[in-house]
Parts: sequence; structure tokens; C-alpha cells
Amino acid sequence: MAPREQNLRQAMMESYFSDLAALLDGLLQAGETYTATFSAEASDFVRMNRGKVRQPGSVVQRYLDIDLIRGLRHATHLVSLSGDLAVDRATIAAAVAATRAALPDVADDPHLLIATDVNATREVRGAPLPAAETIIDAVLDAAGGADLVGLYAGGPVYRGFANSLGQRNWHEATAFNLQWSLYHRTDKAVKSAYSGLAWNAAAFAAKMDEARLELAHMARPSKKLAPGKYRVYLTPAAMEEIASMMCWGGFSARALATKQSSLTKMEGSGSDAIRLDPRVTIAEATVDGIAPAFQGDGFVRPSRVPLIDAGRLTGSLVSPRTEREFGLTANGANGWESPESLAMAGGDLASKDALKALGTGLFVGNLHYLNYSDRPACRLTGMTRFATFWVEGGDIVAPIDVLRFDDTLFRMLGPNLEALTAETELLLASDTYGARQLSSMRVPGALLSEMTFTL
Amino acid sequence: MRNLMDFETRMPDADRFALSDLSSLAPAVDFWSLRIVDETSENYTVRKNVALPHCAATDRGAMASVYAGGGYGYAATSDMSPAGLRAAFERATAWARATARFSLLDVATLPRPAARGEYASPSLRAPSPSRRDWFDLLMRESQSAAIDARIVDWETSMEVRNATHRLVTSAGGDLVQRYRFLFPGMSVTAHADGDTQTRTLHGYRGICQQGGGEILARFGFDGAARRIADEALELIAAPNCPTGTMDVLLTPDQMILQIHESIGHPLELDRILGDERNFAGTSFVTPDMFGAYRYGSDLLNVTFDPTRGEELASYGWDDDGTPAQKVHLIRNGILERPLGGAISQARAGLPGTSNARADSWNRPPIDRMANLNLEPGDASLADMIAGIERGVLMETNSSWSIDDSRNKFQFGCERGRLIENGKLGAVVKNPNYRGISANFWRSLARVGNAETLQVLGTPHCGKGEPSQAIRVGHASPACVFTDVSVFGGEEE
Repeated sequence: MAPREQNLRQAMMESYFSDLAALLDGLLQAGETYTATFSAEASDFVRMNRGKVRQPGSVVQRYLDIDLIRGLRHATHLVSLSGDLAVDRATIAAAVAATRAALPDVADDPHLLIATDVNATREVRGAPLPAAETIIDAVLDAAGGADLVGLYAGGPVYRGFANSLGQRNWHEATAFNLQWSLYHRTDKAVKSAYSGLAWNAAAFAAKMDEARLELAHMARPSKKLAPGKYRVYLTPAAMEEIASMMCWGGFSARALATKQSSLTKMEGSGSDAIRLDPRVTIAEATVDGIAPAFQGDGFVRPSRVPLIDAGRLTGSLVSPRTEREFGLTANGANGWESPESLAMAGGDLASKDALKALGTGLFVGNLHYLNYSDRPACRLTGMTRFATFWVEGGDIVAPIDVLRFDDTLFRMLGPNLEALTAETELLLASDTYGARQLSSMRVPGALLSEMTFTL
Repeated sequence: MRNLMDFETRMPDADRFALSDLSSLAPAVDFWSLRIVDETSENYTVRKNVALPHCAATDRGAMASVYAGGGYGYAATSDMSPAGLRAAFERATAWARATARFSLLDVATLPRPAARGEYASPSLRAPSPSRRDWFDLLMRESQSAAIDARIVDWETSMEVRNATHRLVTSAGGDLVQRYRFLFPGMSVTAHADGDTQTRTLHGYRGICQQGGGEILARFGFDGAARRIADEALELIAAPNCPTGTMDVLLTPDQMILQIHESIGHPLELDRILGDERNFAGTSFVTPDMFGAYRYGSDLLNVTFDPTRGEELASYGWDDDGTPAQKVHLIRNGILERPLGGAISQARAGLPGTSNARADSWNRPPIDRMANLNLEPGDASLADMIAGIERGVLMETNSSWSIDDSRNKFQFGCERGRLIENGKLGAVVKNPNYRGISANFWRSLARVGNAETLQVLGTPHCGKGEPSQAIRVGHASPACVFTDVSVFGGEEE
């Protein structure tokens, strides 16, 4: 899509959302209220393999999720929309009528809580991107015949909230995310990412140069390591995977209240509560990411919610339902109570000194397919992947054959944590299940005195 | 009174357009197809005896795909008006022409399907329970789970999904497929003395089939919550699974995960061709292995079968228009063919399956598993237990992790039972095991008979760039594997 056309359509999307909200206002009957969330995108997706284009395409989608409320009864209906209000008017009217018809069959919801203070917000980030075709030409030219495989995803993403009290929130981010791997052989590859709100050809070239340098290390014969305990440096990309596991219900107030959080053993102030290393500080920092400043029930998010402070679990993410159910105070979380803009503080190790500080051990560029092997103990398992090397005396010796780790987060970020890098990396989510995501994570690299590998 | 069903029985978009209308919207190109997807769903959940709001969804859209100027492109839209579809065709054509010089595909060699026909799920037209009936059933089950103060969370749920998919092609193809899916769910969590254990009815969304209310009876859904709650309490009091090398007897609700991760994904031809290497991963399987490689013991027979009516991913044709057909992927332990759709087959020069599938209108078809089944053997459950000197029976997957070549895996289950000298013994918690796919299937020692078989699956199989979570079915009997590395949870 040409940039000018993109700009024009983006401006129209916000007014279209306003029209949808006005339409909903007009459909209400006496005693009814509503909340509605809007989600849309105009995305280009270009899938590449072997340095060529495998599947190029574009997706334009718009969804409105309507929650119709009468007293404590409510029901929701998510509808896809055409973008033409004349057509969508009938779709939405039918959805509201169907939802209204469902209300007699649902019970009162004692945990219903919606925003009643009207807090409008508006945020528009990013600018029209170069045409995706132009970017792909640049990427494949830069690959220069290398075995490149990956995905370019780019274009505007929209989120909106409206309710019958007149609250309107708008969030728009025009972003791109290029994720690619350069392969040397079989599973020996280097993974790279370049994402942001404005495409910069020089920044991309620098990332590609860095990937080519690492790929040279992958050309060496690989080393097969026996299971055991190894000293480890985890890059920010590997730490993102570790932090993602904490996000899987770990910080959820509901999961903590029902003892299903993997961080349950960190709860409380008693001596039996597990503490991480005092250098570990984690927050949900909406101010630092690209996620909307509002959640699905219309509550505006604080810029920062402390979660782990100096190794202690001090906070959690509380959704409106959880406020009602457990008598807590909601703090901007969505229903799934997972961080969307997690930020982990850095330490004092300069990233450029990471290999030297590691000395002899494993430089882990990426981790793959993590899961809990014992959730209450916060014990994780997963695989090394991509640029992971055996290091001796601070120098890369060889890529390794993949290894499985199985260890607890409490040990990894507790007594086994030697250092965190001073620099942190902002990693925009590359998730594209159903829609492009607006979550992000800011994390440092971590040096561990040991990590347990089992296979 | 007008109800939701009135809304749902409106004419699906897939049926609104005559073939000639669609043809008039398409550009003059070498080949085009239009895939229309129209799905509605209703979700019912009762958590801790509180009914959550009724959630419905209506999702419709179309994907235009085009071969033009030596390239391929697609464009998807939720604008189903003639103007919206025409714009999608134009965008797809622009992509095809713009990327032709970089195209990985030789579009001249790709199939151009022309099939016509219809497919329907079993009992598609049978009446469905009312909203109130669903809520009443779920509430009844929820209330029967609240048996002890140590039960800290529990949930019963049901998703009913209706779908109409239509594929029209410039070669004259016109396929209409209508589905009804049910996804019942049940989980109970117990907590005591610093430990938390969750028990489910065959895993999170493990019960998922095409059809109607008969599915619930098949799995004893009505009345299951009390048993699940009892088992959660039993786990809280149980010791950890022992560590050591021993036999494992895996029930179907763990076998489906084992099949999925260490046979299904490594046999996907697009992984073997490298498409997934940046995301889901590659495969330890290489093209030269087909026809000769010993994947497992002689007892291992694995089929791709999209024709088993009740199974989740049954259909008449895949999303590229290839007719569904049951074929063996592994016969008597020998690898025969990969899971690859028509386009992958043309790229690789290998035989394949009808498995080019997309999870919705907004994602392009790629190689997926559909239904991947392990054919039953002749052993009864009692015989299998009696044949184990020292081992663990493991039920219901709870943890899964495998390397990007689909070789080194580690899986965990909800519940274990020791087997000693041919007899079932005590319940153990946190049963885990690890292995290497290339060796593991060769240790398959007993395959359960048809009485031990269950038809399960998952609606959440993820892969692809952009990513897709698709419905996959698996039927498997219980099976015994020898000399497996087994272990339990973290010791205090």
C-alpha cells in the first residue's frame, strides 16, 4: 500500500470507530448500558525462505466486541466488520439484538465491574511506512543469496474503547517487525529482529551485518555437550523467553489468589517466602511499551505497576473481575492479567563485557519452547536454539548441538544470578496469532553461575 | 422472541455469492481462488459456581489468492462486498507481480484445483441444547466439584462453533463445507501444604469433536466433575513420581501429545522444506528418509485420516481443494510419506496428503496435521499393565516441550500410577518423561486395542508466519514404551 493512501485510510479508521460508537449509543434500550472494544489492522505479511519470497500477502480486518449490560446481567458478541458503516449498521444491530435476547438466559454476574469515570485518551504513534514491496526488495538484496528465512509484518494496528457513558479511547500504532534467520546448515543459524515505528535503512543494514558476523561462528564444527551444570550467559532474546514464562499466569492476581501462579511461593513477607536476587526488579511499564493506555473494560492504565522489587514479589496485575472476586484494587490489567509491557531493570555488567565475564561456559543466544516441568516450584524446561556457543576464556569456540535445560527460576534469578547487563533491550512482540500484537518486553542479559541441562 | 439462533441461521456469506458473481470480480490472471470463511461461536463458562457472561462471535471474511506474472500473492479482507472482494483480488495480484522475481514457487507447476462438492459434519442439523440447558449442565457439574476446602479453583465450559467454508477457483472449482464443533472443558485445582495440582477431563480442550450432544455422552461429561475433584485431592496427597529408567504406559490423552509433537510436526513437509525454520522450527526428518527410514517399532502404524466423521479435523477437501483421503504415513514402523499438501508436494517431488489448511480467512493455507492417528493394536489395557514389571501409567498431558528439530522432548502429565509386577499401584504426582523422537518410537512395545482408543485433539496447534492456531484431531490407543527416562517434580 502506498504511504499516502495508508495515511488517508488511517485517519478514516478513527472516525469510523467514532461512528460505530454513536451507532451503539442509538441502539440501546431503557436500562441498558454497553462497553465495546475495537480491534483492527491493515497488515502486510511477507514470508521468506531460502532468500526468496514464499508467501506475500495483505490482511485488512476489523472487529468490534460488544458487551451489553442490563443490571448485573451481561453478554458479549464479537463481530467482524466490513469497514462500510452502511453495511455494518445491520451487522451490529443484529448482534445487539441477539445479545439482548441472550440476557434472560444468563445469571447476574457478581464480578461485573466496568469503568464509570469517563477518561478519554488518544494516542497515535508511528508514521506511514515505506511500501512493503520496497522493504522486501531491500531485505532480499541485503541477504545477497544467503539462506534467509523469516517474516516481515507491518502496517497500522488500531485499538479503541467506547462505552455508553461517552468514554472514547483511541490507540493507533504503525509499526513493523522483521524477524529473520540466516542459516548455515541444518539447525545452525543466527536469528535477528528489527522492529519499530519507523524503518531506517542504516539500522537494518547494521543488524544484517551483525547477523553475518555471528553466522561466521556457526560455520565452525559444532560441539556436543553432555548434560550437566554449565555457567551461562543469557542474551536479552533468551531472557525474553524466561520472562515470558513468568507472564504465563505468574503475575496474575487471580492465579496468585487461587495458588496457581508459578510465583506463589514468593508471596508474603515471612521468612519462608522465596526471594530472587535483590538486583531483580520487574514492572508492568505501559509507559515504556506500545500497548494501549486503557484496558478492555475502559479503565485507564497506570504508567507503571511494580511487580518484583529488589527480588521481592510486591505486586500483581488485577483485572476488574478479580477486584470484585477477591476484594483487591484493579490496576489496569486485562482479563488475562498478563503483562503487556514488562520491563526488567538492568544491572551493572556492560553488554560488551558479557563474553569476558562468562569466561568459560555457554553463550545462549535464544531459547525455545519453554514450559513448566513443575509449576508450583517454578521449574522450567526448554531448549537452546540458534546462536548458542561454547565459550572458553571469553572467546567463542564453537556452536553447540541443542541442549535441554530443566531448572527453577528461583535458582536462576536467585542464588545463581551473577550479573545483569546494564543495557536493556526493548523487544516488540512478534506474535501474529489472529492479529498483530502490541505487547513488548524490556529485558537485560543475565550471567548465571550455573544452569542445569538434562538432555 | 428473537434469539441468537435467528442471528446464526442467517444465510452465511459463503452461500450468498453465485459462482458467476465471484468470477466477475476476479482479475484476468493465470489462476485465482477465493476462500470464504464464515464462523459463529457461543461460549459458556461456569467458574466456581458463577456463570460468566455468555460470549458469542461472528467472524466472516475472504482470502483471494492469485497466480500472475510468474508470482503468487494473497489478500484477505473482512469486507465481503463486491468492492471489498475486488480490492482484495487487486491487492493479491499486485503482490504476485511485485514479488515474481523473488518467488520461491514456480507457479507454472502448481496444481489448479477444479473440484466441486459439499461436506457436512455428522449430525449437523440435529438440534442443539438451549443456552439455558448449557448453563444448567455446567452449573450442575461446577457445584459437584466443590467438595473440599482444598479445592481452590474449578471451571466447566463449553464452546459450540458452526462454520461454513467455501472455496471457489478460476478452474471451475466450487467446494462448500459445513461444520459443527463442540469443545467441552472441565478442570479442578486443589492446593495444600504449598503444593497445587490441577486435574482436567482429558486436558485443556482435549475433548473436541465434530457433531452434537452425543459427544458429551462419549466422554461421560455429565457427572465427571466429582471424579475430577476427587483426583485433584488425591494428587495433592500423593508422592512425587519416582526417577529412573522404566516402562511407561501412556493413555490416549497423553499419546495424542506424543504423536502430535514427535510424529506430526517433524513430518510436516513445509518444515522439511525449511519454511518454518525462523519460527516453529525445522525437522530431523529429511526427504531421503521416506520409504526406508525406521521411525518406530514394527507396531507403529500412523495414518493421516481426514475422513473419520467425528474427529475434529475431518473434511471433504483441504483449503487448496485437494480431496481428503486416508493414507499411511508410517507402516509397520517404516516411514512412507510426509504431511504435505499439493504445493509442498510439487516443491519437494514427494507424495503427500490433503493437508493444506488455514485457521481462518485471514491466514493462507500451509501444511498442517488435520487428523493424525495411531492405529490400534491388539493389547487390552489389562494385558499391558500385566506385562510391566516396573513402570508408570501416565494420564493427561500437562507440559510439553521439544526442540526445533522435533527430536529432544520432555513431556509432563497430570496423574501417574505406579505399576509394579504387573499390578497398578499408588497414585504419583508430577509424572514427567524425556526422550529423543528418533529413538523413542522404536521402544514402542505394546499398542492397545480399539477398546483403549479415544478420539481427541486440540483446537490450538500453532505454527506459521503469520501464525495460525488450527484444529487438529488425534485418535490413539494406550501404548507401552520401554526403558524411558522418568522423573517427578522438584524435591523440597
